[in-house]
Amino acid sequence: MTEDKTMSKFKLITDGLVKNNPTFVLLLGMCPTLATTTSAINGLSMGLATLFVLVLSNMAISAIAPVVPDKVHIPVYIVVIATFVTLLQLLMQAYTPAMYETLGLFIPLIVVNCIVLGRAEAFANKHGVLESACDGLGVGLGFTCSLTVLGLVREILGSGSVFGYNFIGGNDGMLAFVMAPGAFLCLGYLMVLFNKFLKKN
Amino acid sequence: MVTVLGLTCLLCSAILGGAYVLTKEPIDKAAAQKTNQALSQVLPPFTDVEYNEEGRYYTAKDAEKLVGYAIESTTVGFGGALSLIVGVTPDGVVYNTSVLSHSETPGLGAKCTTDQKFMSQWKGFNPAVKKLTVTKDGGDVDAITASTITSRAYALAVENALTKFNEIAGQAGNDGGQDNE
Repeated sequence: MTEDKTMSKFKLITDGLVKNNPTFVLLLGMCPTLATTTSAINGLSMGLATLFVLVLSNMAISAIAPVVPDKVHIPVYIVVIATFVTLLQLLMQAYTPAMYETLGLFIPLIVVNCIVLGRAEAFANKHGVLESACDGLGVGLGFTCSLTVLGLVREILGSGSVFGYNFIGGNDGMLAFVMAPGAFLCLGYLMVLFNKFLKKN
Repeated sequence: MVTVLGLTCLLCSAILGGAYVLTKEPIDKAAAQKTNQALSQVLPPFTDVEYNEEGRYYTAKDAEKLVGYAIESTTVGFGGALSLIVGVTPDGVVYNTSVLSHSETPGLGAKCTTDQKFMSQWKGFNPAVKKLTVTKDGGDVDAITASTITSRAYALAVENALTKFNEIAGQAGNDGGQDNE
């Protein structure tokens, strides 16, 4: 019984990573995906920031869902999500000021990231706290991985470096990949590869 | 319904209020550290520093002797405001420059904070000898590759800072301020 339960929780996490991958399968949260992935480290930190909010808001919402009347559930969820985002913003400003400056506007914009409210509506308000935490973790990790991979590809092609470590020395790389058109191109091709791989299995 | 919404808001604002109080000190510390770091980067070693809020510049002294001014200067770059802090020694030579904030394109104009070749040319830039415009416009400033607009804005910000330096130095009755036009 307990083994079965842990299995299902494990499945919740892997589902978020692969089958319900927010970027490559559900196509949610495209705005921060395209905008913050100019380098692998930026993508990774944006993903982790979203993961933090997603896990906590999923847990809080699943805990309060039974007592929240249907009519006001959206405003209540938004207040909860906004609280966690502001909390994250204050913490980042205090302890990782450099990262806070790089991601800037996209941190407060996590409030309106459809992944967060989407998981609250589709999962957290129908499930227990622990399951919701696992779901948040899975989807958050899926988002983090996608953003890191996308950032990595764009950084290799655009700046010729990996996590800020330059490997072609002095060369500038293909600048288009650092800018918006490259973001769309990379995302498109990665999506094709991901779905091809997914179908095979 | 109203109770739930009201209670949620109350609880959330209480949490945020608490978090604000707890993080205020580290945030202020981080901001102060950033300013200090920028100052020590753009000025020769100093012991005392004083901020002139009206003119947005710092006066740095080493044991009562004036070692330079750090002048804040903002221009419009490619993606928005480009804010620099420019350290100028009393003889009107740029000691060094540092970017306070910018919104340039990552990988292009944003290189103004990482490109060693571009950044190092400001060290000891003497406006009496060199022309403060990019080479494309007939000056002596090497622009960042593919980021002429950012480089122009950077040069303009330095020029504005130097103009301000002349005003400050003129007011202070300092004979170090030469006419660099």
